[in-house]
Amino acid sequence: MSVFDLRLSELHNRLQNKQLSVTELVEHSFKRIAETDGEIGAFLTLNEEGARKEAQALDARLAEGGERGLLFGVPAGVKDNIVTESLRTTCGSKFLDNHDPIYDATVVSKLRSAQSVTIGKLNMDEFAMGGSNENSAYRAVRNPWNLERVPGGSSGGSAASVAAGQVYFSLGSDTGGSIRQPAAYCGVVGLKPTYGLVSRFGLVAFASSLDQIGPITKNVEDSAYVLQAIAGHDHRDSTSANVDVPDYLSALTGDVKGLRIGVPKEYIGQGVDPQVKERVLEALKVFESLGATWEEISLPHTEYAVATYYLLASSEASSNLARFDGVRYGVRADNPANLLDLYRRSRSEGFGPEVKRRIMLGTYALSSGYYDAYYKKAQQVRTLIKRDFDQAFEQYDLIIGPTAPTTAFKLGEQVNDPLTMYLNDICTIPVSLAGVPAISVPCGLAEGLPVGLQIIGKPFDESTVLRAAHAFESQAGFRDLRPALS
Amino acid sequence: MSITIKDVEHVANLARLDLSEAEKEQFAGQLNAILKYAEKLNQLDTDGIEPTSHVLPLANVMRDDEVRDSWPVEKVLRNAPEEEDGQFRVPAVLE
Repeated sequence: MSVFDLRLSELHNRLQNKQLSVTELVEHSFKRIAETDGEIGAFLTLNEEGARKEAQALDARLAEGGERGLLFGVPAGVKDNIVTESLRTTCGSKFLDNHDPIYDATVVSKLRSAQSVTIGKLNMDEFAMGGSNENSAYRAVRNPWNLERVPGGSSGGSAASVAAGQVYFSLGSDTGGSIRQPAAYCGVVGLKPTYGLVSRFGLVAFASSLDQIGPITKNVEDSAYVLQAIAGHDHRDSTSANVDVPDYLSALTGDVKGLRIGVPKEYIGQGVDPQVKERVLEALKVFESLGATWEEISLPHTEYAVATYYLLASSEASSNLARFDGVRYGVRADNPANLLDLYRRSRSEGFGPEVKRRIMLGTYALSSGYYDAYYKKAQQVRTLIKRDFDQAFEQYDLIIGPTAPTTAFKLGEQVNDPLTMYLNDICTIPVSLAGVPAISVPCGLAEGLPVGLQIIGKPFDESTVLRAAHAFESQAGFRDLRPALS
Repeated sequence: MSITIKDVEHVANLARLDLSEAEKEQFAGQLNAILKYAEKLNQLDTDGIEPTSHVLPLANVMRDDEVRDSWPVEKVLRNAPEEEDGQFRVPAVLE
């Protein structure tokens, strides 16, 4: 058993009792990475010097005695679109190959305040655009459960590193499913908070109205601890919600008696793998046994969500990625003839195919003559999708379904077919468009690969989402599922 | 309606991208497929529906007008591909 399989409270006790040092934890992380990351490819940059120095400093503080927070000394990985001061941050893109950020993202500062140790930066689809991690400009990440399979994306490195026991937890980002879907494929817990709960300051923007940072962990309790550490208002993010952050730990009561669950028929219908559906129905039986009730419901605009998302997210991306122009950071083309040539060639050299494709799609949707037909139309349909959720939540406390319609697919299987790839996000995208919180928690295996259960809640009601996920996890017995990775 | 190579060239120009002939061909095909799929949104009557640009009830977020330090120039220029005299160096804008 790995020291990373210890419960956080147990790990904490061992640190407090000096049975374990932060240096040992950090060395365990680097050792595990050295053993496994040649195959997995989860890390783009290791913070070896920084993490070791930090560990020494924290061990010195431990020697002084006194109570520490639960994340004290705990090794974490950070998705590479979250900026870390003086620690290379590439967004999985050659454009930012040598980018050396001048500040920490708010979530990174918060983890630092909690005295967690950043082990390194995690691989991802370039600029978070993708659902398989094959769009990384560096290397594809492989799924620790089966090296022929993708880990999901875009936070594939974040999910794979936790599943492979390389770090205790990680941070990912989710725009249309990029935390939840890789968590499902890798058999770990991934939480996308309500839009606005966690500061986006220092998250390199993909689609600003959708992007949200969240934790990837081995269990729900850890998810609550990490969310507690990173949530809250930030004046540096003008879309940060000014709401009180509740105590998420106290929500983990194990009691879901009387909770009303809606199960959208659209999430378990056509296109959903029968075994995935079977695991979800078994999970609903677990909820029944715990005293919750469920009924089939309809979110009638679900079938329009993927088209809506790709128009809106690509439009926002085409605008956000205009900043990568070769002037202030990143790639600059050699010997530009003039400023326009500098922009065009720097961008063409620096961006990979999926990023170019989405910039093209977004630019088209925003261009003169097409704005109303595509961009505005999609914004209106977004309103209808959000209303589906508002109406469902008038009658139900939670909405539950699969996180993804299938388990992890094979590398190379979908990479040349963008539309098919986009449809993997059919269960996660509507949730992102509505801006509500959702968690993916393991609900068993299908042919040896993990299946994720998606539990969706009302805006800013992470407490109920975590409570239900925790009760399910405690009852269902999949918490300690680990890949047989040597 | 379908995207031609000429449309692709127009959009690439707006997006400040230089595309190879192969990329133009590929994007024309893929954008056509994606936009054809997106046409399903036209099945919905959205007359009078307010567009959602983001889900939070927020508008015009203000902060106090306090003097704060800005970044030191050397930090801001740390990642500059080319710099000169404390500024980003670019090719001549006016010829």
